[in-house]
Amino acid sequence: MSTRPGTNNDEIENGAAMLTEETRKTIDHWVSKFPEDKKRSALIQSLIAAQDQNGGWITRDLAEAVAGYLDLPPVWAHEVVSFYSMFFTEPVGRHKVNICTNISCWLNGAEEVVGHAEKKLGVKMGGTTVDGRITLVREEECLAGCCGAPMAVVDGHYHEKLDLQKLDAILDGLE
Amino acid sequence: MSAKVEHDVEQAVEMVNIEVNGVKLEAPKGSMIIEATDKAGIEIPRFCYHPKLSIAANCRMCLVDVEKMPKPMPACATPVMEGMKVYTDSRRAMDAQHGVMEFLLINHPLDCPICDQGGECELQDQAMGYGRSVSRFSERKRVVKDKNVGPLVQTEMTRCIHCTRCVRFLEEIAGTSEMGGAGRGDRVEIGTCVENSINSELSGNIIDLCPVGALTNKPFRFAARAWELVAVPSVAVHDGVGSSLFHHVRRGQVLRSVPRENEATNETWLSDRDRYSCIGLYADDRVTAPQVKENGEWKTVSWNEAAQTVARILKDSIETRGPQQLGLLMSPSATTEEYFLAQRLARQLGCGNIDHRLREQDFSDDLARSASAPFEMKIADIEHSDAILLLGSNPREEAPLVGHRIRKAWKSGAAISVINPLDWKFTFETSLDAIVAPQYLVGELAALAAAVEKVSGKAAPDQLRSVLNGAESGENHDGLAHRLLTAGRGLVVLGQAGLSHPDAAWLRSLAAYIAAATGSSLNLLPHGGNATGARLAGAVPNRGPGGVEAPSGLNAAQMLETPIDCYLLWNIEPDYDIDNPARAMSALQQAGSVISIVSHASETLREVSDVILPLASQPESEGSVVNLDGSVINFKAAGKAPGEARPGWKILRRLGSEMGLDGFGQVSIENVMEELRTDLDSADPVAGEPELAQPVYENSLYRMGELPMYSIDALCRRSGPLQQTEQARSAFLGLNPQDATRLGLADHAMARVGQGEKQVEVEVQVSDRVPAGGVWLRCATPVTRELGSAVAPIAVEVT
Repeated sequence: MSTRPGTNNDEIENGAAMLTEETRKTIDHWVSKFPEDKKRSALIQSLIAAQDQNGGWITRDLAEAVAGYLDLPPVWAHEVVSFYSMFFTEPVGRHKVNICTNISCWLNGAEEVVGHAEKKLGVKMGGTTVDGRITLVREEECLAGCCGAPMAVVDGHYHEKLDLQKLDAILDGLE
Repeated sequence: MSAKVEHDVEQAVEMVNIEVNGVKLEAPKGSMIIEATDKAGIEIPRFCYHPKLSIAANCRMCLVDVEKMPKPMPACATPVMEGMKVYTDSRRAMDAQHGVMEFLLINHPLDCPICDQGGECELQDQAMGYGRSVSRFSERKRVVKDKNVGPLVQTEMTRCIHCTRCVRFLEEIAGTSEMGGAGRGDRVEIGTCVENSINSELSGNIIDLCPVGALTNKPFRFAARAWELVAVPSVAVHDGVGSSLFHHVRRGQVLRSVPRENEATNETWLSDRDRYSCIGLYADDRVTAPQVKENGEWKTVSWNEAAQTVARILKDSIETRGPQQLGLLMSPSATTEEYFLAQRLARQLGCGNIDHRLREQDFSDDLARSASAPFEMKIADIEHSDAILLLGSNPREEAPLVGHRIRKAWKSGAAISVINPLDWKFTFETSLDAIVAPQYLVGELAALAAAVEKVSGKAAPDQLRSVLNGAESGENHDGLAHRLLTAGRGLVVLGQAGLSHPDAAWLRSLAAYIAAATGSSLNLLPHGGNATGARLAGAVPNRGPGGVEAPSGLNAAQMLETPIDCYLLWNIEPDYDIDNPARAMSALQQAGSVISIVSHASETLREVSDVILPLASQPESEGSVVNLDGSVINFKAAGKAPGEARPGWKILRRLGSEMGLDGFGQVSIENVMEELRTDLDSADPVAGEPELAQPVYENSLYRMGELPMYSIDALCRRSGPLQQTEQARSAFLGLNPQDATRLGLADHAMARVGQGEKQVEVEVQVSDRVPAGGVWLRCATPVTRELGSAVAPIAVEVT
């Protein structure tokens, strides 16, 4: 039996079928980077893979499926999902636009950038456009691009020294 | 052996000198400040620190002032260093502690008046010592929604201070990792995250660990205040561990049970079974007065009349049918003194028919079984073992704290293997396992014995030859034999599933050989809380106190196989507590008379009984039990027995003197204990040879009648909260996928199962935890209480 001792998750193990071939491959890849008995180390990357598979957000069942696949207690997956702001537990748009409003960006006009984006997209920070195209992600901490403030992270890519024209171009370029 | 090793380690530990508040202390290098101060009795406040759990250092309450350190340091996570000077009561330390306390109280509700923890709350106590008298916090407090985590633990998570003791306990000690912290920062919520109950068999311990009222005892909720309760030290008798506990009693009523520290048995823990079984004391069918059946009607009578009636019944039976037509069937969880007096009563009447092994089927090696303690390796030493073989055993359910010790052994590197009739889920990893249906268990063990013979070169006894000759060992067997042989402290555990087996004598003999040839210890894990005491006191046929020779008698199986005239039932329910309830009930129905000395009387028991005498339950009685290690544990009554119920030893004394027998004039329980001690001191135990018959198996499916952990005795069966747990689930029939397909049964289909004439219908659950040829149908449940033996052939068909 390879099941982790103590976990009582027969059903969850079966739930691993929720993961696509590609997600499983990504998880296996990350698992292989750590010692055999340290699968927990691959948890964040595995959950991100599962989130990507699901259109950018992760469900409870999906998080448990990942835990089942990694032979970990489901609680551990929930802890990670609820801790990190890069996991989305509600449906999101096709693109995630995360405008930094932390101290450096704020001093360099982030408020104006945010205001423009909100007006242009018709949603407040944290909202998703009606057509499901863009989610304006509520940023929680500094995104580590102070040298290029104000800045935004769009689908994982950094865009620095933003002004309104630049932002328009970025937003218009998102399908 | 292990004690010596520990001693050596202690010698090798380097000590460093530290100074706490000007007092010079010595502490082992690498230990934490708080360990040294705790040992020296210097008080440091704390919430998250617990000596049995890993260090979290997240409550910050134990901040102390360490010289040359720029900031106050947490005493629980700061290792001692040579020459270190610590101040626990300096201005800086006190300021830090007061500051932390103020922060902890920011989000803590002011609901102490309605909080169950009030009066025994660590936060309350420490807020008295370290808190401000007036709160400066005028903002909104945080509220956390409550979760239902099952029938045993009540949550009120708004009160949680995030010490994570519960999370760490379930991960490190219980091994189930069922709780965690969701969210971040000031939004953290401790809980199960998943909408699940906490299913660990040790879950109740998180109640004791919780320093606030976030986790409390659910059945005890709003029942009493801590200061109304008297803590009476006692012992738990639901397994042979003999866990030390306190019964918390108010005006004679046992309201709850909590662990009492004892490193030799339960450490600081208590299994849920021992914690919540006291609820059963106050069940509706508790017997409170002697009753006699007259013309089919129950009549409440005085003790005088009852004792006379019983004496008359016994005398009549012996005079007309002879003393061999009397049989005593006793619970395996009675006190040693009850066993001692009961066997004296029976033997003085010329009757040797007495037994407590009601769930066993195979007595062919009975004369060879000794009265010594069943555990060769003591409970506390199991964690030092480096190779363990579990044979027909699920220690998590049979004796949860033995299971916990095995988990500890595994955590420190022991290799564990199982040869079991069901693939039980453990809190430790196992390897080189064999999961085989009951009919293949002897063969499997014989194959291992053959491998042991090959690897060790030590010849097996001749009596085992007949099964060894046919046995072929495989790679796994050789590996396992090698593992046990090379282990420094190997251990073979033969558990209750093995002891209930129709060929238990073979399993015992093979296990004994395997243990002896590999230099391992053999631990037998019998049913009941005082099987050791029962055997020691002579509550078995053919052997008196201390294992001395006694006139022959019938064992539990024989007494029921051919019905006899008169039965005396000692605190058992025949449809739940006997291996073959169908046979037991039929024998009792045919009997001339049945005298039941019981704490609870079900309708079924009332049907077959002629006299019912009210027995004080163990928490209301006095006496002693002997645990698996052979330690004698004395206890006093904690609760008050209801109505006319009397301690067992007094009932036996009364019956003995009523019948004019010798040796029933004891004034106190101490007299009984002394008499037993005298008998034991002079005992000259005899040992016979096992007479093993060739195992015969019918070509059939075999029932694996697992005993649900909360169905083991009348008390547990009447504890409502325990019966609502996941462990108590019983109305299902587990089948291997292959067998299910062959029988045409799908998951959730209804199947008709039959043993002998009796048939019942149950829902099928297809599971690969059941080996091919096995049928997982639990015993001692409302559904199966009319069927036959727990481990026996069974017929399964589509309804």
